[in-house]
Amino acid sequence: MVAVTVVVTRDLLKATMLFAIYSLTIAGLFATLDAGDVALTEAAVGAGISTVLILAVLALVPRHEKRQAGHSLPALAIVTVTGAALVYASFDLPQFGHPDNPVQQHLAPYFIEQTYPDMGIPNMVAAVLASYRSIDTMGEAVVILTAGIAVYALLSPAPRRRQRRREHDS
Amino acid sequence: MTVLSFFNYWAVIVLMMIGYYCMIVRGNMIKKIIGLGIFQTSVFILFISAGKVIGGATPVLREGVDVYSNPLPHVLILTAIVVGIATTAVGLALTVRIREAYGSIDDDAIDAVEGDDRA
Amino acid sequence: MKDNAILVVVARFLIPLMMLFGLYVQFHGEYSPGGGFQAGVLFAAAWILFVFIYGLETGLRIIPQRVIYTLACLGVLLYAFIGMLGVILGGNFLDFHPLLDAPRAAQQAGIILVEFGVGVTVASVVMLFFLLFARRRADSEAAGLDPDAADDVETDRQ
Repeated sequence: MVAVTVVVTRDLLKATMLFAIYSLTIAGLFATLDAGDVALTEAAVGAGISTVLILAVLALVPRHEKRQAGHSLPALAIVTVTGAALVYASFDLPQFGHPDNPVQQHLAPYFIEQTYPDMGIPNMVAAVLASYRSIDTMGEAVVILTAGIAVYALLSPAPRRRQRRREHDS
Repeated sequence: MTVLSFFNYWAVIVLMMIGYYCMIVRGNMIKKIIGLGIFQTSVFILFISAGKVIGGATPVLREGVDVYSNPLPHVLILTAIVVGIATTAVGLALTVRIREAYGSIDDDAIDAVEGDDRA
Repeated sequence: MKDNAILVVVARFLIPLMMLFGLYVQFHGEYSPGGGFQAGVLFAAAWILFVFIYGLETGLRIIPQRVIYTLACLGVLLYAFIGMLGVILGGNFLDFHPLLDAPRAAQQAGIILVEFGVGVTVASVVMLFFLLFARRRADSEAAGLDPDAADDVETDRQ
């Protein structure tokens, strides 16, 4: 699949473009799973902004990854064991799409029935996001503002030649 | 039929392991950030597929639709996607600074440089 | 890139359309999938396309750097202000029902204002990210570092 090629390739530009295609495919998958808001956000953010930012950084770092010597067997073993354990655990999870799943029981019917009488707006996701669970959205806005401040603090000093403390440099 | 109904979880696990492998094996920092992105999208698929009702529709109230899919996972994942780009951006800013300070963005090369500096 | 005729023509058509679509998604967030985050990202993407074609200096003349910083903070402050308005007018934090008299209209007004604050913050922070990354290359060339140099670290990997 696309994800395996992203991992294997050593040319970072190719990896970035394939990551954009992967994000767009996942956005299509979200749209198939009845998630309209999420598909729009993932398409805009994953295929748009993430790709542009990585490309902007690729202008500043070398484009090719160093060749790795050999395969790393312990890492493959860890990944396989973790994957097998998760697959074993997945048999206890509820079946896909069943209307009687526990996740559909407690709060979802309340929100589906109460959104129109309480607020009068059709989009249930926006109602929950902005009114029923408003503080979480404020926390998220603060998080993205903090990320902006952090990037500003990291990148506003002008670049300077690094000083190395080696003996044989004068 | 009963085994196949777990198929969505297996797809999520495969993607999660691919992202995990990328993060721990590749030394290049930008590759690690891309691996983190793959891992994050696999978790999003887990939540969204858990909230789907077969025969349901997008959770926007409209005429002619009886069964809606669950809107609560969509709210969680919207927040998670935006936090994901925040994390990616800060990670990329750190990569730029590391490149300027150490001259390389590969893990093993940076370890070697730090060993030289300390010696 | 502004000498390339195809790009200029396409940009003149697409950029206002993207900004308009961003505003549409923002204010129709209650009726169809949309809302603050998507609208913010769309608006920032329109500005980034403008910077690609016409250059960073022209982009900064349209929306200066100080305006971007200020708008980022103002978005979150607007959100918190709506919350405090709920407290001042007699309810809990971020309650929308004290704002107007009709309960449904109060909720809708609160949701529109809050999503607008989030949209403004997301748009300006994404523009800020791109601005800082794009300027780094010019700054590092001016400071004498060479961004295209291969890794100048000797490692023996075997």
